[in-house]
Amino acid sequence: MKRRKVIEQTAKTIFTICAAIAILAVASITFYLVAKGIPAAREVGIGKLLFTTSWRPTAEEPSYGIFFIILSSLVSTFASIIIGVPIGLCTAVFLSEIADRITRSVVSSAVELLAAIPSVIYGLIGMMVLSPLMYRLEKAIFAGNETHQFTGGANLLAAVIVLAIMILPTVISVSASSLQAVNDSLRYASLALGATKMQTIWKVVVPAAKSGLLTGVVLGVGRALGEAMAINMVAGGAVNIPLPFNSVRTLTTQIVSEMGYAEGLHRRVLFTVGLVLYIFIMIVNFILLKARRRELNE
Amino acid sequence: MDNKHMADEVKMSVKNLDLYYGQKQALKNINMDIHRNAITALIGPSGCGKSTFLKTLNRMNDLIDNVRITGQVTLDGEDIFDRNMDVTMLRKRVGMVFQQPNPFPMSVYDNIAYGPRVHGIKNKAKLDEIVEESLRGAAIWDEVKDNLKKSALRLSGGQQQRICIARALATKPEVILMDEPTSALDPISTTKIEDLMEELKRQYTVVVVTHNMQQAVRVSDYTAFFLVGDMVEYGETKELFTYPKDKRTEDYITGRFG
Repeated sequence: MKRRKVIEQTAKTIFTICAAIAILAVASITFYLVAKGIPAAREVGIGKLLFTTSWRPTAEEPSYGIFFIILSSLVSTFASIIIGVPIGLCTAVFLSEIADRITRSVVSSAVELLAAIPSVIYGLIGMMVLSPLMYRLEKAIFAGNETHQFTGGANLLAAVIVLAIMILPTVISVSASSLQAVNDSLRYASLALGATKMQTIWKVVVPAAKSGLLTGVVLGVGRALGEAMAINMVAGGAVNIPLPFNSVRTLTTQIVSEMGYAEGLHRRVLFTVGLVLYIFIMIVNFILLKARRRELNE
Repeated sequence: MDNKHMADEVKMSVKNLDLYYGQKQALKNINMDIHRNAITALIGPSGCGKSTFLKTLNRMNDLIDNVRITGQVTLDGEDIFDRNMDVTMLRKRVGMVFQQPNPFPMSVYDNIAYGPRVHGIKNKAKLDEIVEESLRGAAIWDEVKDNLKKSALRLSGGQQQRICIARALATKPEVILMDEPTSALDPISTTKIEDLMEELKRQYTVVVVTHNMQQAVRVSDYTAFFLVGDMVEYGETKELFTYPKDKRTEDYITGRFG
């Protein structure tokens, strides 16, 4: 009897410690980023850091303006969502509402596989396939243009395309499961009123699943915002205003590409960049939490 | 009654209907005339095929895999399985109310306007008119008229079921199929729906599946008794419940099984 009690108590303690590790990790990351990032931001000047565009950390008169970098992160994320979400949503509708059992299992395995591919592979394929294509396009579009800096095909557009594909599995699987969770009785009600299958899907099933679909989109935003490796390989990496054929740098690739050699204030400013990224991700998660809560209330 | 008059009275007619789920036969040679402006009740124990039969009348069984149907069902003389029969038009003419109230997660107004909208009505004034008319028809107008924008999911179960009836009325059907419409409801809501059915038969032809024999006696004009895929007996409700012709009907209605 006593033995049993000891086992119970020990198990409970172990589980509590495990749970505490997660909390500890989040808390320490937050603390570290704030502790390292805020003083550097103060030193540079928060306004100057966030809203100026010149990034010359190693110049004699160093300047640390990350406005274009923030903008590149936001633009690449937004554009990849604009491309990826409609494709993902339509795939999810196909999977959940239209495909027969065999097609569904084939497509879902493909989607799962897509999710399992490491981002470096996406980057690699992007470099091998997308960049040459982009270079050709670039040469055609900017032929004779003297001011354009040629990038060899590593540009924002390539990053957007790679990101759009990378968010697909997240968007598809979350959307498809929220569509499947819509009660069949609603589909029957619509069909029994003489609605067609497509009317039923777009006017009843999709609206009924909307908070789940929103969750898929928000998770996709998080994925796109946080992706570093693939973008680092296809986006070029120069600090530029985010235009389709410009070589760009995002918050993530900024850290990846300079942390290796940065020193002193430069190094600490990179933590500030990390903090900015972290804040964006927190905002995304907050929206997600809100959406989930609303779903529970409905 | 002469033959011609009889034919006028028939809204839907079922001839030699067999239905199979894969290899299993769920309905066996059903023959039945459904009378216009009357309530026909389908009774029988669970799994007897009464709901399956009901869903054949608006071809909702088409949605289930592996269903095979032979025989003929006509609506005003038109074969509903005919290749030229537009199934969306059939379902507009033959509406349905389900066992569980299943309003869409939208406002009361949008629930009712859904059917007319999918059938192409966009005019706001016309939709307003249909919504009011349908809600009145389902005896729930007074309860919701001030809250048409409110989500239908916030109503009580009995109100939701009347919203579903109103939604079915909004497509201006000729026949209304009801699949155990009160089995998920409390007694007061049940009474309201039964009273409503009496009203509905003035304008519509009603077919109702019920496992509640008292309900069949209370509301229906005709009753069909189903047992493991057979239609054992069909006739005027009074007749069937007072002088059942078949021993099995008698056993069922006197409560020896079921």
